[in-house]
Amino acid sequence: MARQDSFQGSIPLLVLKILARRGPLHGYGLTTRIKQTSQDILNVEEGSLYPALHRMEEAGLIKAKWAITENNRRARMYEITRAGMKELEGEEARWRIISGAIGRVLKEA
Amino acid sequence: MSWLSRFTSVFRTGNLNREIEEEQQFHIASRTDELIADGMEPAEAARQAHLAFGNPTRAREESHEAKVFSWLESIRQDIYYGLRALAKAPGFAAIAILTLALGIGADTAIFSVVNGVLLNPLPYPHADRIVTLFDEYPQFKTGSISYPNFLDWRQMNRSFSAMAAYRVQAHILFGSGQPEHLQGEMISAGFFDILGVKPILGRTFDKKDDRLGTAPVAILSEGLWRRKFGAAPDIIGKRLVIDGVARTVIGVVPSTFRLRIRNFQKGGPLNSFQGGAQLNEIYTPIGQFNQPQFYADRSSPWGMDAIGRLKPGVTFVQACGDMERVSRQLAATYPGIDSNQKANLVPLKKEIVGDMRPVLLLLLGAVSFVLLIACVNVANLLLARSTGRQREFAIRLAVGAGRARIVRQLLTESILLALIGGGLGLLIAKFGTAAALAAVPQTVPRAESIGLDVYVLLFAVFVSLGTGIIFGLAPAWNLRHANIGGALKESGRNFAGTRSRTQRVLVVVETALALVLLIGAGLTIRTLFALWNADPGFDPRGVLTFSVAPQTSLAKESPAAIRAFYQQLHHRLASTPGVEAVSLSWGSTPIGRDNESYFWFVGKRKPAQTDDLPMAIRYRVEPSYLKIMQIPLKRGRFFTSRDDKNAPPVAVIDESLAKKYFPGQDPIGRYLVANLYPSAQLNAKIVGVVAHVNQWGLALDAASPLHAQIYSPIAQFPDDLVRHDAGGANVFVRGKGSRTPSFELLERRLHAFDRELVAFDPMPMQQMVSGSIASQRFTMSLFALFAGLALFLASIGIYGVLSYFVGQRRQEIGVRMALGAAPATVLRMILKDGARMIFTGIAAGVIASLGLVHLMSSMLFGVKPTDLPTFVLVALVLCAIGLLACYLPARRAMRIDPVIALREE
Repeated sequence: MARQDSFQGSIPLLVLKILARRGPLHGYGLTTRIKQTSQDILNVEEGSLYPALHRMEEAGLIKAKWAITENNRRARMYEITRAGMKELEGEEARWRIISGAIGRVLKEA
Repeated sequence: MSWLSRFTSVFRTGNLNREIEEEQQFHIASRTDELIADGMEPAEAARQAHLAFGNPTRAREESHEAKVFSWLESIRQDIYYGLRALAKAPGFAAIAILTLALGIGADTAIFSVVNGVLLNPLPYPHADRIVTLFDEYPQFKTGSISYPNFLDWRQMNRSFSAMAAYRVQAHILFGSGQPEHLQGEMISAGFFDILGVKPILGRTFDKKDDRLGTAPVAILSEGLWRRKFGAAPDIIGKRLVIDGVARTVIGVVPSTFRLRIRNFQKGGPLNSFQGGAQLNEIYTPIGQFNQPQFYADRSSPWGMDAIGRLKPGVTFVQACGDMERVSRQLAATYPGIDSNQKANLVPLKKEIVGDMRPVLLLLLGAVSFVLLIACVNVANLLLARSTGRQREFAIRLAVGAGRARIVRQLLTESILLALIGGGLGLLIAKFGTAAALAAVPQTVPRAESIGLDVYVLLFAVFVSLGTGIIFGLAPAWNLRHANIGGALKESGRNFAGTRSRTQRVLVVVETALALVLLIGAGLTIRTLFALWNADPGFDPRGVLTFSVAPQTSLAKESPAAIRAFYQQLHHRLASTPGVEAVSLSWGSTPIGRDNESYFWFVGKRKPAQTDDLPMAIRYRVEPSYLKIMQIPLKRGRFFTSRDDKNAPPVAVIDESLAKKYFPGQDPIGRYLVANLYPSAQLNAKIVGVVAHVNQWGLALDAASPLHAQIYSPIAQFPDDLVRHDAGGANVFVRGKGSRTPSFELLERRLHAFDRELVAFDPMPMQQMVSGSIASQRFTMSLFALFAGLALFLASIGIYGVLSYFVGQRRQEIGVRMALGAAPATVLRMILKDGARMIFTGIAAGVIASLGLVHLMSSMLFGVKPTDLPTFVLVALVLCAIGLLACYLPARRAMRIDPVIALREE
């Protein structure tokens, strides 16, 4: 439970990073991307991604619009905003500092 | 907050849920497709996809919460920011809120009047099915109906489920103490059923009551029942002596019933006492009216009108057509009597509201202009303020806030301003309306239904929101030019150019609006002056009129005794201290009631049919009348005491009759025949011509079709008419030194003479005259008030914008002055800038006024809608005040110290 929670808390950072690097993507694409790049380690209930996306959208970090996919389905495409980019910079730096610190503690304690 | 979120969910949920669900379905479908592509069975693939997705409902709820909550949160934030921004600029907020409060308050006040008078339904069930009926003559559209005609209408029509007649009738109530005058109405059976009025005690009249020879009955109003009988529950069955007849009380009608059909200055051959403003206290069946002529004579209506209720499914137009058929049939059956008449139907509400409709709509238009000016002012204030906030917006744009978000913030602020202003305005409206109605009582029909109700509140909210959005959009519109980098670098001065153009246009617009209002006010003021200066044809100062009703037993006396009684009464009044002259009078009284007769001239061809005869307003007075009313004598002589019963009959006519029938000839010595009552004809020698008297009031007389006036001396009246006169008389009394005599003193004198005599309805003539222009006074006062408000707001607007421009150009002016420009040059430059806007506004306003003033031409008197002096004067006043508003900031510009101004950079 605790493990999942900590991962849930990092979803915004991952989403922002993926969107910043790959450009507009739908929710399914984001899920697949997270799974693949984490080699199936970061694997949660796929549905729980959406409330997180919607919260980020309301906070103005990402914006969404409906688009037609190559399979001719209507999909909601997410895109990072300027505010999202700023957030990403800050959060990524914070993550590196914290994970670096944790890594040092694990190694040298 | 949960009720709020539930409330907002009502209109946000639908779309939101659909979107979230569609997104989920896309996800599951995509996963399923991929699993199938990997070689899984479709059914199994779908199952796995669902499994991987987890609980879609929970996810949906969470998303929904996230969205709604953050939406609410952002609104709360906007409101909070808005309030904080307003609190940081209290001067700006106060001016904006006060401006809006004035505009919205005035608008809401007039709307509450419009709502009460024009929009609210009448307080009767299915009131739109009730119609008033009149008899239309060539000279009057709303003449009274004769009883035989009414009976035929009622019987022959196919469109009314019921029809009832009514006729105003003064009564004298005898019994406990001094006899008392009561305002009453004679009505047909079914009158109250048509209006849906239920008695609070007993019953109303039925068909059996409504004819001669049955037991005399009466219905009391709740007011009379409480006032005179202490609301005694056993009043039903009691007998009251009314006009000498014992009548059994059969019912009491509620005091909430107050039908006021305007029967004032309606025109038409009326014989009745009118007093339309008073409330009826007693009702008697019209079929018990003890006047044989009333039932027999089809040609003379007795001041009786009718109401009817349309049958279900019958439209008003169908009913009009039906009654036209009835009228044609009656014209064919009674040629010479009914051939020039037809039924005229008017919806009850239209009849009650009367001429107030165009006046109120005009005022509503005028007051919307005031509101528009208020909006323009606040828009200008916001524009000026948003300059200082360019940096704030630029920073917010730079950190990623959407433009839409900032626009929303701006709108929230302006709507907040408008709502606060609107709340204050509602208070202004509430007290303003009450004060205005108290200042001009009896001017506005249905005044009792005016007040703040749901519609007025909705109107105020709607207007506040509307104005908030309209003036809030101005700065938001300017935001589209916003350029982050520039704004940050140059402190936002880079788009001052476009904004100053917007502000200039707004100043021009408000100047034009103010000019239109000022011209409207100028025209109504000139109308009122013209009315004040209009000669009523007599001098009302120092004249008191009232009515007297002797004991009913007087009617049983001999004509000689009746004459002697009135002579005594005259002497008693004339010998009262402070009284200069007294005249009793029957028939018409100026600006009071009217009474007409057909007439023709001996020696001129008489038309074959009675209803082709001309009509004249009849005054039956004493020789002293001319002196009392100070009516100028134009030719010949007025009556003297020698024109009595034994002398040859004489008459005096007015100038308008003389001009019409004896152009270029001398009417004196000609003989005139007039039907006094069907039974009596007067054949009299014309001995004099007097000036025309305004019978219909200062405003309406010129437009009225009936002007001819005939005077005859009461001493020469035939005996049967004298007996009819025993019922009561009007009295005109002139006080010494033009001081209106005291009614109480005269009344005491009368009671000393005859304890049973009733004197009532005292009214100084001057009050009658000013009362006849009350509605014009009402219009003018409000118009002038609105125009004053408009002028005030517009000058503040001009001042504000110019001050702002000067502030913006401080450095430029500083440079100019440093380079040697004289202060006077700077002053001229700023004044020229302001003058250009003002002149453009005035020109636009004049053009708009020329297009609009014709709307009020029906409300003007003695002045053309395109009255040049009004236009010129108003333009000059606006120009002067506008330039004064420019001068103050210009003077400030002149005093700019270039050293300080340049250092500010």
